[in-house]
Amino acid sequence: MVKSERKPIEEIKDSIKGYKNILNIGCGGCSSVCLSGGQREVNMLNAELNTLFKAENGSQKIDGYTIERQCNAKYYYDLPEILLNYDCILSMACGAGVQLAAEIFSNKPVFPAVNTVSIGIDRDIGMYEEKCRACGQCVLGYTAGICPVTRCAKSLFNGPCGGTNGGGMCEISNEIPCAWHDIYERLKEQNRLDDILKIQPVMMWQNQVQRTTIQEPYKERYGK
Amino acid sequence: MKSGSNLEKVLEAGHFAFTGEVGPPRGSNVEAVKKKARYLKGMVDMVNITDNQTAMVRMSSWAASLFVMQEDLEPNFQMVCRDRNRLAMQADILGAYAHGIRNILCLSGDHQKFGDHPYAKGVFDIDSIQLVALIKKMRDEGKFLGGADIDTPPKLFIGAAANPFGDPFEWRVHRLAKKVEAGADFIQTQCIYNMKKMREWIHQANDMGLTEKTYILAGVTPMKSLGMARYMKSSVPGMDVPDEIINRLKGAEKKKQAAEGIKMACEQIEEFKEMKGVAGVHLMAIEWEHKVPEIAEQAKVLPRPVMN
Repeated sequence: MVKSERKPIEEIKDSIKGYKNILNIGCGGCSSVCLSGGQREVNMLNAELNTLFKAENGSQKIDGYTIERQCNAKYYYDLPEILLNYDCILSMACGAGVQLAAEIFSNKPVFPAVNTVSIGIDRDIGMYEEKCRACGQCVLGYTAGICPVTRCAKSLFNGPCGGTNGGGMCEISNEIPCAWHDIYERLKEQNRLDDILKIQPVMMWQNQVQRTTIQEPYKERYGK
Repeated sequence: MKSGSNLEKVLEAGHFAFTGEVGPPRGSNVEAVKKKARYLKGMVDMVNITDNQTAMVRMSSWAASLFVMQEDLEPNFQMVCRDRNRLAMQADILGAYAHGIRNILCLSGDHQKFGDHPYAKGVFDIDSIQLVALIKKMRDEGKFLGGADIDTPPKLFIGAAANPFGDPFEWRVHRLAKKVEAGADFIQTQCIYNMKKMREWIHQANDMGLTEKTYILAGVTPMKSLGMARYMKSSVPGMDVPDEIINRLKGAEKKKQAAEGIKMACEQIEEFKEMKGVAGVHLMAIEWEHKVPEIAEQAKVLPRPVMN
């Protein structure tokens, strides 16, 4: 899922400083799952902000409302009426959710309260690891299920560079395992080293323009 | 001849090649480049011009190469994948060749994190093996990567790097094989201190027939001091400095450590001259260009062959 983390309180406060009535919209999707912007985090952030507002001038106020998913317009049904009472929106959804909120409520300023970090996995509660950069041309088939685009600091496609050191760690840090070292070891174990002995041709990067995905069964419906 | 570069001629004629290295300045100081080049003139067959090495901004490699050429020294234009996408690479290759550059070395590049702009966006559009294949395609097929014809293809002698010491060791010779298959005419290795591993790697390369398809130049960097040796051991990625090197420098008086470092380098060079599969030495005297004449003399690689 998409992983995000909350911005520093000062940055959030600064972004909404010109507005009196603010609605913080949480997201019940990925932000909620990764503990950055679900209902609980909306309440926590608002409590913090309202305390600061009170201490400073008392003229600003923030309320919260969390919808099921901010990346789909059908979950926005309650919001138009609620928003009549607010000057601006703070969104705790990922970048996609923030943009859809901004598109739907184009007459209201929308500010992000989180930084969208990655597509990743849950390593433990509150600990997430980036796994995919959505390059659009998945190579995991020949890399033993380890993504070189994401995990290799140089996004190499033809094996580990000369910097691998200290028992298979990346040159950028002795605490980061070398992706290609891991690919090599796993392929060796599976007796599939042939997969990386071939020269991999250059990537045809698919993520250089905004992409719209239409699944096969829907192509006719959308006239594609 | 693929390129007609001096290095190619020296190697084709069967001479033991001896190449050097010059790091461009952190500024537009032309004299700084020329001064370094003058120390190397007549001492080496060709000189590598590094490309934003350690990810620090420097005068561009191709530009410094042109100043080196003005000093009658043949440059080896280094190109890293970190700073250019495939368009910029091909454009610089054409420009470099048009200006008379005949050798190129394809590298991944040190990660930007190590340099003075750690939050730069690393390009890494293509990797170093793909870059070798790209240049070969431009030279031999006269085509851009995108497939269009090139008016006057660049005839370059294509180099690549190899590190016999990175993990996993048994992979290293296969990576070399991929570079050779991609089209590397010559290979310059990482600085070698672990001779035992080097012998083993070269042995593997010989067994796989790789040394018949490419010229391998062994990388040598003389230690200037015990401090440098310790730094190389602990802080330089992919470097393998055995304790015996450290101990030997420790055994020398502080004032004599540099001389000991040069002596060790010369002993290595002597061994490489005899090592089957090694076609020459690449001397990386880092910020020690003025010592190159002394090292070349002591290593008995002078005079350099004059090719026509």
